Amino acid sequence: MLAWTIYISFLGALALFLLPARRAAWARIVALLTTLVTFAIALKAFIDHRTGEMLPVVHIPWVPSLGITFTLKADGISLTLLLLTGVIGVCGVLFSWNIEERIKEFFGFYLLLIGAVYGVFLSYDLFLLFVFYEIVVIPKYFLIAIWGSTRREYAAMKLVLYSFIGSAMVLIGLIAAYVVAGSKSMSLGDLAGYPFPAHFQMWAFPLVFAGFGILAGLWPFHTWAPTGHVAAPTATSMLLAGVVMKLGAYGCLRVAMTLFPLGMSSWGFHVLGFGSWRDVFAVLGVVGILYGALVALVQKDFKFVIGYSSISHMGFILLGLMTLNQIGISGAVVQMVSHGLLAGLLFAVVGRMVYARTHTRDLAALSPMHLNKVIPFAAVTFVIAGMASMGLPGFSGFVAELMIVIGVWHSYPSLIVFVGIGLIAGVAYIWRAMQQAFFTGSNTEPLQPAHPLPPITFPERLGAAILIAASVVVGTFPQLFLNVIHPALDSPLFQGLRKGGW
Amino acid sequence: MITFPWISTLTIVPVVGAIVLLAFGSRNKVLVRWIALAFSFLALVLTLALWHQFNPLADGYQFQELHAWIPALNAEYRVGIDGLGLLMLLLTSIVVPIGMLASWQIQQRVSLYFALVLLLQACLVGTFTALNFFHWFIYWELGLIPAFFLIKLWGGPKSAKAAMQFLVYTMVGSIAMLMSFLAIYLATKTFDFTELAHLAQSGKLMPAVVSTLGWHLFTPAHTAMVIFLGVFLGFAVKVPLIPFHTWLPSAYSEAPTGTTILLTGAMSKMGLYGFLRIVLPLFGVQMQQVLTPLLWLAVATVVLSAYAALAQTDLKRIFAYSSINHLGYCMLGIFAVVKFTGGDAALTAQKFAAMNGVYLQMFNHGLTAATVFWFIAMLEKRSGGLRGLNDFGGLRKAMPVFTGLMGIALFSSLGLPGLNGFIGEFLIFKGSFPLVTWATASSAIGLLLTAVFILGVLQRVFYGPLGEKWVHLPDLTLGERLTLVPLIGLMFALGLYPQFILGVVNHTAIQMALNLRNF
Amino acid sequence: MNVINFGQLLGLAWPEIIVTVTALLVVAADLLFFRRSSIRARFAGSVAIALVGCAAAIFKLVTSPVQPTTLHGVFGATPLIHLLQVAVLALTIITLLLAVNSTFTEHVSEFVLLILLATVGMMFLVGSQDLLVLFISLELLSLSLYILAGLDKRSPRSSEAALKYFLFGGMSAAFMLYGFSLLYGFSNSTNLADLATAIQGHPLSPILIIAIVTTVVGFGFKIAAAPFHFWAPDVYQGAPIPSAAFIASGSKVASFFIFFQLMVLGFAGAEGSATWSHFQSGWVPVLVVVAIVSMVLGNLVAIVQSSLRRLLAYSAVAHAGYMLLAFVTHTQQSLAALLYYIATYSLATLGVFGVLAVTESHIGNDRIEDLAGLSRRAPFLSICLGVFLLSLAGIPPLSGFFAKFLLFTSVLAASSGSKLLLWLVILAIAMSAVSLFYYLRVLKKVYVSAPASEARPIPSPILSRVVVGLLALGVILLGCVPDLILTQILRVIQASGL
Repeated sequence: MLAWTIYISFLGALALFLLPARRAAWARIVALLTTLVTFAIALKAFIDHRTGEMLPVVHIPWVPSLGITFTLKADGISLTLLLLTGVIGVCGVLFSWNIEERIKEFFGFYLLLIGAVYGVFLSYDLFLLFVFYEIVVIPKYFLIAIWGSTRREYAAMKLVLYSFIGSAMVLIGLIAAYVVAGSKSMSLGDLAGYPFPAHFQMWAFPLVFAGFGILAGLWPFHTWAPTGHVAAPTATSMLLAGVVMKLGAYGCLRVAMTLFPLGMSSWGFHVLGFGSWRDVFAVLGVVGILYGALVALVQKDFKFVIGYSSISHMGFILLGLMTLNQIGISGAVVQMVSHGLLAGLLFAVVGRMVYARTHTRDLAALSPMHLNKVIPFAAVTFVIAGMASMGLPGFSGFVAELMIVIGVWHSYPSLIVFVGIGLIAGVAYIWRAMQQAFFTGSNTEPLQPAHPLPPITFPERLGAAILIAASVVVGTFPQLFLNVIHPALDSPLFQGLRKGGW
Repeated sequence: MITFPWISTLTIVPVVGAIVLLAFGSRNKVLVRWIALAFSFLALVLTLALWHQFNPLADGYQFQELHAWIPALNAEYRVGIDGLGLLMLLLTSIVVPIGMLASWQIQQRVSLYFALVLLLQACLVGTFTALNFFHWFIYWELGLIPAFFLIKLWGGPKSAKAAMQFLVYTMVGSIAMLMSFLAIYLATKTFDFTELAHLAQSGKLMPAVVSTLGWHLFTPAHTAMVIFLGVFLGFAVKVPLIPFHTWLPSAYSEAPTGTTILLTGAMSKMGLYGFLRIVLPLFGVQMQQVLTPLLWLAVATVVLSAYAALAQTDLKRIFAYSSINHLGYCMLGIFAVVKFTGGDAALTAQKFAAMNGVYLQMFNHGLTAATVFWFIAMLEKRSGGLRGLNDFGGLRKAMPVFTGLMGIALFSSLGLPGLNGFIGEFLIFKGSFPLVTWATASSAIGLLLTAVFILGVLQRVFYGPLGEKWVHLPDLTLGERLTLVPLIGLMFALGLYPQFILGVVNHTAIQMALNLRNF
Repeated sequence: MNVINFGQLLGLAWPEIIVTVTALLVVAADLLFFRRSSIRARFAGSVAIALVGCAAAIFKLVTSPVQPTTLHGVFGATPLIHLLQVAVLALTIITLLLAVNSTFTEHVSEFVLLILLATVGMMFLVGSQDLLVLFISLELLSLSLYILAGLDKRSPRSSEAALKYFLFGGMSAAFMLYGFSLLYGFSNSTNLADLATAIQGHPLSPILIIAIVTTVVGFGFKIAAAPFHFWAPDVYQGAPIPSAAFIASGSKVASFFIFFQLMVLGFAGAEGSATWSHFQSGWVPVLVVVAIVSMVLGNLVAIVQSSLRRLLAYSAVAHAGYMLLAFVTHTQQSLAALLYYIATYSLATLGVFGVLAVTESHIGNDRIEDLAGLSRRAPFLSICLGVFLLSLAGIPPLSGFFAKFLLFTSVLAASSGSKLLLWLVILAIAMSAVSLFYYLRVLKKVYVSAPASEARPIPSPILSRVVVGLLALGVILLGCVPDLILTQILRVIQASGL
């Protein structure tokens, strides 16, 4: 059943491309229905499958001569992220309700992207995973280049090339692993179980991890992300920050770390205080946290603030992964969900609610508009999303960051101060942006915008409500997710990471 | 034991009120105010019911509720109150209606304002009742948000900066505290205050934390100290202790006065409550190690804040510094209790006195400061926003009743015997003096300075020649008098019969001090 | 001295004979019946006849028996060779179909004749196991192609292309012939197997080295590997579309295959080794250098091209570089990967030329700039173009990706742990990331840029749409279900025992 999330998305995309031009307006409905159905499927699977262990979905031989199969499986981690994809998918459509230009193609590419994302999260065969991972690249390009803003073609090309370079690194590692393991199978289980020589893992791990990391916004390969997010149309920003960056993080966890656990062990010597690749990536994660937050603090463009905040939050995920203990890694997974929801929401506010109405994202230009009085809903939504994003308790970000920090205490106590500074900077940039965009100059007469701002539409309200509710659910009942994530982390797949116990 | 979930109900009532208000909108401002007030009174009634049922002689927590929440993190929903919690609940329930009444003249976005006030109340109630760090911290942090917006949206001209400063300072402290607590969690796998306190009492807590962290940069003692300082920072900012206080004067003075009442009356107690509930039981050893610097901080807080109040001309700023000063006494008392006495029975008795004094002072300061700020609010309403020390003069002629009642409140703040302010300070000084003589003696300077600036206020505002424009300043209305009378009455009542509160908290205070003796 | 049995020869060469006869028939029919008809009708008629002939040849190939070598090792008729011949014929058919709507020449029958003769040359070429036959069939192929390149007499570019192609081709033939003569002198035989026996057991003599280098130079020209690629951009750009498509696809298939055969069979034992630690001269180091230069130069120069055809030419250089990696490891798997790669590459390239055939007839040139907004002027063709280019870039699930995957896997699998191969693969993958940039640049124009204000929809002939659509479908299918031909290739390679 779960496999239909992929098929239905692709079928929806096909249907949209075939839709007659005079019925273009139906595209929204088709897209909404498609995403709703896939979301329903993901939700049902999530509810039905409460043990979190590996759930076989489809297994068909594909290229028998190479041992490649079409295998889809889902464990707790994938199910969690599938659910996230479903939510973001639906909300993305809701926040794109105002797209008029080439609408069929827009939603066509959109569904293509969603389908491929589902595919990545479901793939158990690494070849298949890579195929879906690459399919993601192309719709991204067009979505940004055609419907974007602010240097869109540059941003789209940059994004695609970064992604492609990342996936090239992944491909090298995968092919090497496949060949070293005897060219018999690309199945994740088989490869993760194969004892690769330590020196091989030592170079394959950083290669593959950094390859996936590029898409996860790993500092210093993050530069595609802010420009890409800013240039992208709202729904695409939501998808990019919401789920596509998670693909990278998911790949880091699911592929790089399970295949090459020894790659994280000590080098046996120290360079500049780094004793292993794990140290290197943990520090890069922290640098990402700080860098993203501090750069977000000085941005003039509203959307850039959110774009850089994504780097910061993704830094938490990478750091969480590198803690190599159950709580840190499950925190990283929860953070994937949390950041997915919140980044989606923040981009929706900035891109759809504010920018599409005021046609500016310059904080200095927004502040005289008194947006908290003109579009109070946007202000309230942003406040809630911002609070959640900066890790206010009760929302998803808090639980996630809390778990990651516990993990960090366990593995890298020395980094804790920097993480703390990152959290504080997170508070600062969110409030600064909020203040400047929505709450400045309450005592002066509001400057009338050049044209009346249209009111917030129902789809926007609905989308915002869904995302906020989801974030609150994750924040108050993380147990729902931890119940399936923990068994997944305890499965044989992650044996190499556990080293006999978390 | 399945009983009626009193505490959860008490937490939820304001939330429901806030939702009702938001749903209602600002169409009928008068009705909105009355609905808000009704909800806060409902909370007061509930609190009084708790007060009534509370058994002051029982050990441990009462009205406990326990529900599994996030088993994976061992985070439970556990609430309960002891004497301290109950006292704080009572204070909150009294201060919130005062704050609402003082905000009666708010005109903009009324329903949002009162909804935020009610949300703040819910967070306060949650903070004072939670017994598990996880959800305690949720309330602790969430409380900032309504406060922030109350300051920012309805505050004075510099409110944006003040609100931001308030938020960032508090957040820095909170995050430091959170970090420390997560380290503790990592070692103990529990967030439960009681369990943590037990571990700490048996001396196992810090060794466990230190060994789990394996932080080889520092010695074990230093690691423990770092953890302690994180938590300490969180509360010290909130109280605030000098030098972490700089957010407070601007926040108090820029906030609308109704909000200032909430901030000083109830929210400032969050920090003290945290010291009593968390820092004392968990970090007794660490506090003893750095007791001298801590005492210096307390003395500095008492003296410098009083001195700073002398230099102010804005009434709200004066009483903002006065707040710092009063809470400084509490800090002095708390630090004094920590002092290692080797089980000396006489000194232990002094500890009981100091602890009781701290409790009393917390309640009294909340009551008095709220009342004083309310008077300022009324003065502001009459003067059209003016509240400078030099703007007035001779008001006793124009509004004698006002002057009389505010004078009582001011004397209470000054610590005049017979009024509520006296007894708390007296107990603190009495208890602390034998324990930490030099610090207590130095703090007495603070008492002196307080007397000076409060008398200065009385003199410059109410005495002297009456300004031309203030001749027709209306005196208190009947409604105002009626609402003020219970408060003034309470001041007298507590001043004359402190047993009213001591009876409830004494047992808790003694327990708390006794638990410290083991160190 | 063995006597050649002409009956046997005839029996063996049936498919080639069929194609040759068809070629003659086309000329005859055109001269006799279609003289007055329009060019279009003449194209249709001639192509129809040619198609029938090719189909018949394929049928004959599929049904004819398999013989390892015949005529004392001059020709092979292994399943592998049959497969290659079928592939060549199929590509010819597609090329012919693409040509149906062209109007570039009045010499319709000559065009078809030359295509068919070139096909015959290719068919012999892939079957040849003897230096002499190899050279002759290569020349048959090359000469036909020279003329095909210059067939558009109205266009000076076409003539220039033909002349360049001819000069470079002639020179390469001379190099090759010189090398062959050295080989003959070395081994006293023109047979590949004998050549290999002669090389085995001898240390690498300077003569052999010269022979290797000249052979590589000769084939380097044919497969347009850098630095022997100078003819390619001009020919790709100047030649009429069907000719260019044919040069880019069919002739590549045949050349790559026979190059591989020659190297692996003929120069067996002279591979050498290119690793730093134990360098040993031979043809592998030479090809490693050529591969690296091709990959880097092809991709980097392609970035700055403004003409789609020239871009294709440089990307062809780059692809030649990738494919040469298969030579470096020369295992069965890498041969399979090479064949799969060249097949999918040919399909995609043909497809691009098919799209170009339509657009050029309306736009008038192949500048990438002028493709702006094509997605709204010709949506279907644009989608197909996207498929082809992304396949060339190696984006899954298109066949180009699987081909690359297969190729790199086979290369690494040949000797896992070899640092050199690993670095080659890394370079190749990195370079394919570069290639995405310029392919996307084209697609950006097509999809993102707005069409010029006066631009109208481009009508495309139904036949072109069908052919291009089928090619796109093939590219997708081969990517999604690579087993369609992969098992076939692996099987015939096994059966042929190469």
